[in-house]
Amino acid sequence: MKATEHDVTRAEVEDFLYEEAALLDAWRLKEWLELLTDDATYEIPSTDTPDGDPKTTLFLVADDIVRLRSRVSQLLGKAAWAENPPSRTRRLITNVRIREAEGETLHVTANFVVYRMRMGHTDTYVGRYEHILVRREGALRIWRRRAVLDLEALRPHGKVSIIL
Amino acid sequence: MERMALEHVVADDRDAGLFRVHRSVFTDPRILELEQRRVFEQCWIYAGHASEVPRPGDFQSRRVAGRPVILVRGDDGVVRVLLNTCTHRGAEVCRERCGNTKTFQCFYHAWTFDTRGQLVGVPGEDAYSAAFDREERALANPPRVETYRDFVFISFNRAVQPLVDYLAGAREYLDLVCDQSQAGMEIVAGTQEYSMRANWKLLVENSIDGYHARTTHQRYLEFLVETGVDPAIARGRRRGAGKALGNGHAVIDNEPPFGRPIARWTPMFGEARRPEMEAIHRQMVERFGPEWAFRMTQTSRNLLVFPNLIVNDIMAITIRTFFPLAPDYIEINAWTLAPRDESADHRALRLDNFLTFLGPGGFATPDDVEALESCQRGFLNHEVEWSDISRGMKREQPLIDDELQMRAFWRQWHALLAGAPLAEVPVDHAMAVER
Repeated sequence: MKATEHDVTRAEVEDFLYEEAALLDAWRLKEWLELLTDDATYEIPSTDTPDGDPKTTLFLVADDIVRLRSRVSQLLGKAAWAENPPSRTRRLITNVRIREAEGETLHVTANFVVYRMRMGHTDTYVGRYEHILVRREGALRIWRRRAVLDLEALRPHGKVSIIL
Repeated sequence: MERMALEHVVADDRDAGLFRVHRSVFTDPRILELEQRRVFEQCWIYAGHASEVPRPGDFQSRRVAGRPVILVRGDDGVVRVLLNTCTHRGAEVCRERCGNTKTFQCFYHAWTFDTRGQLVGVPGEDAYSAAFDREERALANPPRVETYRDFVFISFNRAVQPLVDYLAGAREYLDLVCDQSQAGMEIVAGTQEYSMRANWKLLVENSIDGYHARTTHQRYLEFLVETGVDPAIARGRRRGAGKALGNGHAVIDNEPPFGRPIARWTPMFGEARRPEMEAIHRQMVERFGPEWAFRMTQTSRNLLVFPNLIVNDIMAITIRTFFPLAPDYIEINAWTLAPRDESADHRALRLDNFLTFLGPGGFATPDDVEALESCQRGFLNHEVEWSDISRGMKREQPLIDDELQMRAFWRQWHALLAGAPLAEVPVDHAMAVER
């Protein structure tokens, strides 16, 4: 592994992921979008095909940046009923690893537990992130954001109406 | 809630044009028990699609009507459904989700069955008496298994009518889906497995409800406008019809504001995809004539095959089935069906278009889940006893945003729950005789 040869430290990546999680938990989604590149993607594979490719496999979410921006404005508007009123969420992110680094591109994995509290229920999303981060103008940005669920099914969650 | 006599839980007043359902049917565990026996064990229930097990030895293990079963293509090429319980002591003989195998071996005592379900291995068989018959101890099958155009159904009712007859008017709408490829249709990898804290019949209603689109799904319709759809079309009232198809099956049928990956182009698909879609449409016209081709490519349909199969051929094709574990909780499985022979670009576009609206991460399904869970919570106010499903009841030709198609479901459900044998439900109950 080349993880020790580059100049971005794990601490820096952790700070970035924690900041990202804090923005999502605070529903500061417009600011969160600024952490993504203009050609970013956001994916959640179906629970039975964690290694799938969205061009050949049915996913739960496979947004390009245009659709992701629309998702955010929907979530901040009034008619995303699944999140209006908004859920409370709390994200725990851990086991952060820089798996590969080439120039300004970092392959990062991390484990997550996202709690969603809504209408008397607490639902727990467990999985791992497989992100590709890039350094643009000195700052880290997300280019590929993939949340791979360890859940066997979205039960009893019913939906992924929040951003995982 | 006062317990209602079963004959009164659906109030169908055709003279007045009023149709109401007593809310105890969504909350009472005794109703669910009756449904298991009189609906789910009486009717044909969708178990899977033959394309999910393409090669001999391929299997999928899953729950169907609450039971663990194995959908398997035997070494003889025949698709079967085996009840996943060892005939020795009961353990499941298959505990993998899917794969390819020559045998199913129970790990408890290693009884072994072939892909046709025959018992082929019993360790220490010499310990059994002469009366021990291997053939009698083959894996069990549901009493009836039949297939319509690769849709595999099972029934626990030995006397159920043949599947093709049971499907009645739903066949025409399944044909509109299955005819979309000469090479056949296939289930694409990736299963959306989710749930709802709501009664299963609420999802039946919701899956064929044209009235809620402009309110529950306004954010999707605004998204369509963002992608270049004419706002007047996206926000306008949709033309189309709700129809009863017999035996409780029902459909809403219309020309939609969104693109359809088979061959209804929309700006979101990009100019590059346009020639291929036009070519597909021309091929369809050559094969089937302009009317059937138009219906296949330009119109969309939300089809209910009674009691719990939804085939929505809309932004893409979703096959959705669900089963209640409690009056207020269901498990849902959804797949997408696509032409086997479509190009890689077309397949990618189809999957992408699916996700704009459908599934637990789409721009619509989460809001449906929220709405139905909200209904279920609302039912806690049991002083409010009735739900209203009267819309369009006195209209000559019920429209897509009327509720005839739901009444068709409820009439069949009510007749079966009241104890009518499936074959004897009067046609009048199932079909659209409202006037």
